[in-house]
Amino acid sequence: MNVSAPARPPSAAVRGRARPSRRQALFGWIYATPTAVFVAALFVLPLLLVVKMSVSRWPLLTGDQGLNAPDNFTKAVDHRFFTDSVVFTVKYTVIATVLLLALGLGMALLVQESSRWNNLLRASFLVPSALGLASASLLFYVLYSPYASPLAPVVERLGITFLGSPNAALFSTVFLIVWRYAGFYMVLMLVGLQSIPADVFEAARSDGASRWQTFRSVTLPLLRPTLALTTVLCVTGSLLAFEQFYILTKGGPDNSTITVVQLIYMIAFQGQNDLGVAAALSVIVLAALVLINALQLRAFRSEEN
Amino acid sequence: MKRRSGGRTVLRSLAGVLAATLILSSAACGDDDQGDQGGVAEAGPTGVDDGSELTLWTRAPLEKQAKLLVEAYNAGHQNKVKLTVVPNDDYVAKVGAAAGSGGLPDLFAADIVYVPNWVNQGLFQDLSSNIDGLGFKDTINKGHLSAGTRDGKAHVLPFVLDLSMLFWNKQLFKDAGLDPEKAPANLAEYAAAAKAVQATKKPGVYGTAAGLNCGGCLVFTWFPSIWAGGGEVLSEDGTEAKLADETAQKMYGTWADLWKSGAVLPASAGETGPTWTAAFTEGKVGLMFYPATLLSSTPFDVGVAGIPGPDGGASTFVGGDGIGVSKDSKKAAQAWNFLSWMMSEEAQVEVLAKNKDVVSRSDLANNKYAAQDPRLVTINEVAGKGDTPVALNFQQAFNAPSSPWLTLVRNQVLDGDGDLQKDNSEITAVLKQ
Repeated sequence: MNVSAPARPPSAAVRGRARPSRRQALFGWIYATPTAVFVAALFVLPLLLVVKMSVSRWPLLTGDQGLNAPDNFTKAVDHRFFTDSVVFTVKYTVIATVLLLALGLGMALLVQESSRWNNLLRASFLVPSALGLASASLLFYVLYSPYASPLAPVVERLGITFLGSPNAALFSTVFLIVWRYAGFYMVLMLVGLQSIPADVFEAARSDGASRWQTFRSVTLPLLRPTLALTTVLCVTGSLLAFEQFYILTKGGPDNSTITVVQLIYMIAFQGQNDLGVAAALSVIVLAALVLINALQLRAFRSEEN
Repeated sequence: MKRRSGGRTVLRSLAGVLAATLILSSAACGDDDQGDQGGVAEAGPTGVDDGSELTLWTRAPLEKQAKLLVEAYNAGHQNKVKLTVVPNDDYVAKVGAAAGSGGLPDLFAADIVYVPNWVNQGLFQDLSSNIDGLGFKDTINKGHLSAGTRDGKAHVLPFVLDLSMLFWNKQLFKDAGLDPEKAPANLAEYAAAAKAVQATKKPGVYGTAAGLNCGGCLVFTWFPSIWAGGGEVLSEDGTEAKLADETAQKMYGTWADLWKSGAVLPASAGETGPTWTAAFTEGKVGLMFYPATLLSSTPFDVGVAGIPGPDGGASTFVGGDGIGVSKDSKKAAQAWNFLSWMMSEEAQVEVLAKNKDVVSRSDLANNKYAAQDPRLVTINEVAGKGDTPVALNFQQAFNAPSSPWLTLVRNQVLDGDGDLQKDNSEITAVLKQ
């Protein structure tokens, strides 16, 4: 890592190389064009459109009615479900992230340790990841349904409910997410674990470190890049949770499980039908995400140095 | 190594943000594009049948009726109608996106409670001169016609009428020792019958059911009780809710008592709409307020009556869908051909009445199919006493998954508390927006 930059070449050489480097720059631009076009078409343009919508009066059924900034933003923040949905989304994100990362790491260690059942374990943890989130949600919708579920008789006898109370609905959804994503995070953790050189562990062992000491002082620090990646992925994904709640709870019971993205969808398509306010809320979410991700990256980096 | 993975994390987080933007930007629509407005008025009394292809959108609950109508029309005309059925929950989003980008189909149906708003937003073409040309104009269902009328101009015709009726399972009534030929005359008798069926303790059988987490279902099945009791649900102009009045309170009381007694299907508490009628259709519920459009697909012997109020009476919610020619249609004359045929005796009697559906013309109510089934006569009679509420913000106030109406009902019935006046004024606040 201690490679020093080459000394500055004499200025004559620079002038001599000016032509080829301009051509190289041209090639560089050509190589970058496909990506640039995609980014512009699929990211920058929609983003600009959303920003424009957020400062315009834009009902779903009649389209653009001209600027009205900052009405949409005040309406979005004053919405009767705004605070509830933010609080709920954060709560859900914390629970999902802690569970997914802990389970993902635990399963990865398990799979790494055991050699005999290795393939079977790996496959069985990963199978749910092959199912789309919407399909998985539908599967659990049926499982949780007090009417159609094969578990219905048991559930009725025990008097429990999966989606009937706010907490039950939250944890039923978290269970679905853990089932669906734990395998995925296990694979990410596994890749991280396997990139740690074996001789480090050997050294720890010959120094007489216990398993727990090895885990805490060797594995975790060396796993930091992976942990950073998985945390960012998991937090971002959970903050943007939508399908699972849309299918399983529709924000119920009694509006207790409305996530922010669901609120955006509701404002846009279910009742208020106001794309302007929905876009304003989207912009707020976008800003919050950028901020949160920047903070997370900084946190992981500062510990690193 | 560390540098690189750090960079990759940045990329990932960017990807997350990008995903966010993509989700949100799917809400984006293009510019408003006004369609060809000229054609429909000069279309003549029956429009043009020249072999054009017409597109028609409807929502899933009315799929059966829409399919029958479209098949019958396609069999006898050169024009061909292509039907698209959209899931109920996605319909507004789909129409909204299409309306914004000028991509509406030639014809589309709309839940009658949304029609006032959609006409107001200019999604339908003016059909008043065509409708005035129909000799039987005065017999067309008033509720649907007036929902689609703005400034004296009619934009919408009734596509399929869906009435909410009291249905009871005659076999379960017999088993519970009730008279299977006699309908409960008021809400108290309704509750008593539900408890009697519940008391038979058959596995999986419940007294009654309701979509208690489905605003649209509750509007459809509970408003009639208030009307039957002489109450009102909305002010004349549709900007004020009257759901805290005495009649309404009695109704909530009956249902709260039913819920507490355990005679209501437990799944009702979380029912958001997709399966709200399923348990009755499978013969597992004694009696419930149920859509009349499902009469033909209910496989066992059922009794049918109007929805009673707390002290008797009978009423119904004249729901279902209205249909009109969209602002974007370039084939308005051909589309009118479909609409004028749809209102004809041939379509109303030989397609709708034959399928045990309600006809939208009162002069055809006593048709030969109705004569064969006294239940259809009952339905047609109650249809005359029914009502269709008109309000611009109906969807947000009542049908939306998080509507204040839903909050009110759940507070009153499931929790047995909550401030009724406050919940009611919350609905008014949304209606006034």
